[in-house]
Amino acid sequence: MNKIVDKIFFSENVVKLVIESPDIARNRKPGHFVIVKTGKKGERIPLTIAGADPEKGTINLVIQIVGVTSHKIASLEVGDEITDISGPLGKATEIEKVGTVLAAAGGVGTAPLLPIIEAMKKAGNRVITVLAARNKDLIILEDEVRKHSDEVIIMTDDGSYGKQGLVTHGMEEVIKNEKIDLSIAIGPAIMMKFASLLTKKYDIKTVVSLNTIMVDGTGMCGACRITVGGKTKFVCVDGPEFDAHKVDFDEMLMRLSGFKEQEAAAYKKYIAELS
Amino acid sequence: MENLKDFYKKERAEEWRAEIRKNIKTKERTLLERIKMPAQDPDVRNHNRIEVNLGLDEKLAMEEAQRCIDCPNPTCISGCPVGIFIPKFIKKIEIGDFLGAAKVIKETNSLPAVCGRVCPQEKQCEANCFYTIQLQKPPVAIGFLERFAADYERDSGQMAIPEAGEKNGIKVAAIGSGPASLAWATDMARFGYDVTVFEALHELGGVLKYGIPGFRLPNEIVDIEINNLKEMGVKFVTNFVVGRTATIDELRERGFEAFFVASGAGLPRFMNIPGENYTGIFSSNEYLTRINLMGATLDGYDTPVTLGDNVAVIGGGNTAMDSVRTAKRLGAKRAMIIYRRTREEMPARVEEVEHAIEEGIEFMNLNNPVKYIGDNNGRVKKMLLQKMELGEPDASGRRRPIPIEGSEYEVDVDVVIVAVGVSPNPLIPSSVKGLKTTKWGTIKVNDDFQSSIEDIFAGGDIVRGGATVILAMGDGRNAAVGMDKYIKNKIKK
Repeated sequence: MNKIVDKIFFSENVVKLVIESPDIARNRKPGHFVIVKTGKKGERIPLTIAGADPEKGTINLVIQIVGVTSHKIASLEVGDEITDISGPLGKATEIEKVGTVLAAAGGVGTAPLLPIIEAMKKAGNRVITVLAARNKDLIILEDEVRKHSDEVIIMTDDGSYGKQGLVTHGMEEVIKNEKIDLSIAIGPAIMMKFASLLTKKYDIKTVVSLNTIMVDGTGMCGACRITVGGKTKFVCVDGPEFDAHKVDFDEMLMRLSGFKEQEAAAYKKYIAELS
Repeated sequence: MENLKDFYKKERAEEWRAEIRKNIKTKERTLLERIKMPAQDPDVRNHNRIEVNLGLDEKLAMEEAQRCIDCPNPTCISGCPVGIFIPKFIKKIEIGDFLGAAKVIKETNSLPAVCGRVCPQEKQCEANCFYTIQLQKPPVAIGFLERFAADYERDSGQMAIPEAGEKNGIKVAAIGSGPASLAWATDMARFGYDVTVFEALHELGGVLKYGIPGFRLPNEIVDIEINNLKEMGVKFVTNFVVGRTATIDELRERGFEAFFVASGAGLPRFMNIPGENYTGIFSSNEYLTRINLMGATLDGYDTPVTLGDNVAVIGGGNTAMDSVRTAKRLGAKRAMIIYRRTREEMPARVEEVEHAIEEGIEFMNLNNPVKYIGDNNGRVKKMLLQKMELGEPDASGRRRPIPIEGSEYEVDVDVVIVAVGVSPNPLIPSSVKGLKTTKWGTIKVNDDFQSSIEDIFAGGDIVRGGATVILAMGDGRNAAVGMDKYIKNKIKK
């Protein structure tokens, strides 16, 4: 169960795993996520599915190493098994023909965005994708993105690839040039916040996929709760996608930092024990 | 019903039981005092995670068993949702046939070591005991005796595995692996079905694992009872979210003839007051799951949880007691229960409340939080409480709490745990077309626990909205009978 059949490093800290998981591969849709746990004493974390091959019965997950759990998962090799994978969870992306879709990804946000643009393109939309990262090494899945986009704009903070600037600069350039019917932004919470502020200015309906802290992922614990349009929502069952202009990003950012110190201390200890 | 009464009568008339009754005069039996459950010292146990109650030894158990007068009309049984043959097992204990006692219990209850620990006996069998009803004396300690028999059997190394019936090859599935499913699975295996239990989490046992803490119900005990089911041939599949990993339709295609939905009461309720999303504020489900299921605070486990000196738990039920006593064990200097009514109205078991008081839990009754105040990092640091008074009884029959205007005051808190109830998990109802639910989101069932879709049965909290382990087990047993009847009728056609 859950055997890793392929592993590709996109950069030093970003890895793609292809995992045997036939039921999930068959039933997942763009936008769905899984809960992953590695080792008996491991933690449960949510990861958005970055693609699947139902015939081979595999799913793709892209992991950025940021702490103990992501480090443990990324350290697994081809042939190893991931202890627990549960899913597909959450609501799938609403895919329909709307006209022109502006998709924006920050960093590893490209991975969960990929199946969405693929589906949006298939549904007959014109898809313009903005990929943004700190530098060239962190731009991932570019070829796949190009395959499912009519136009791709690359932005890097340091200008090492594409244009220099933030994701919002790339987005704004597109918005100024043509009529956008829907925007989708996936990436770090802070990136989604600013992407949302931008599209609000231009009154473009925007969807974001939120990556909050979760435990069970099925609605049981409420760790993932956020405020959307003044109401408390659970990202795991009500989301993970929401109308960006209604999300209280500041509260979400605050909740994401709930275990920041403990996580940093645990990671430091873990790395020290490794070496 | 008459049949059952005749059955009890016939059993009671058996020679061995008549002999025991003669050994001690009824009058003498009623003069005996109820024994006390040996327990860890409160000031020791509130620093460890070991079970509070230590269990009876053989001598104490036999002594308590003598108090049972083996009534001609055993009213205690009518108080048991799974109909354990109570006097029969107690009389087995009286003569020292402890393995025999365990066997009697297991005829109707597949999880005796669990029920002996967490059932609200004071509201069920013991509330209907002759001592309670007729003598106004403390009832026979049926729960303690049940636990004793189960523990004795387990420790003896001669645990009896319930016999599976002759295999009929018909595949049936349960959704969820909590108490309702475990009871259902035992009976379905007994009837000869090919039984599979699907669990969404990575561990089996449902609320018995993620909810109830080890100091009330050690996880090993749950595992041992589940292992017995595996020995009976019941299959368990973890990390399988029915409705998602595979739909009920797909499972039908894979040959399952009927389903028992026991997915529990999933979603935690919050109070929707200002500041409730500050960090450091958890639902009881999250707090207990992190600690009980995920091992937070134990060496080598990766899941974090927030600790603090001042921990407030909002609510007055068993989950609130479990949360506050857990917080105390994790080092809280001040572990508080905040409840808007008085102690008398608290829905928690009396034993749990008493244990909590002994352990130094602070009870702030007639108080209700109205707002939380956070620091610059969004971490909760204070709560604003409003004092309450009791008014006229409400729909639940309990006196309605009324806020006292202008009584608000601040209390320092580092961690807040909200334990004000749960709503049914919508995962299954929303993934099955045509499944009828109530306005509360629970699944509608008939007397056979059959839903609006004929091959789907349901029981436990997804039907009741939030009840006890034993009521869930009772549902599981009744649903098994209902499902067996449904399948046999279908085959006839």
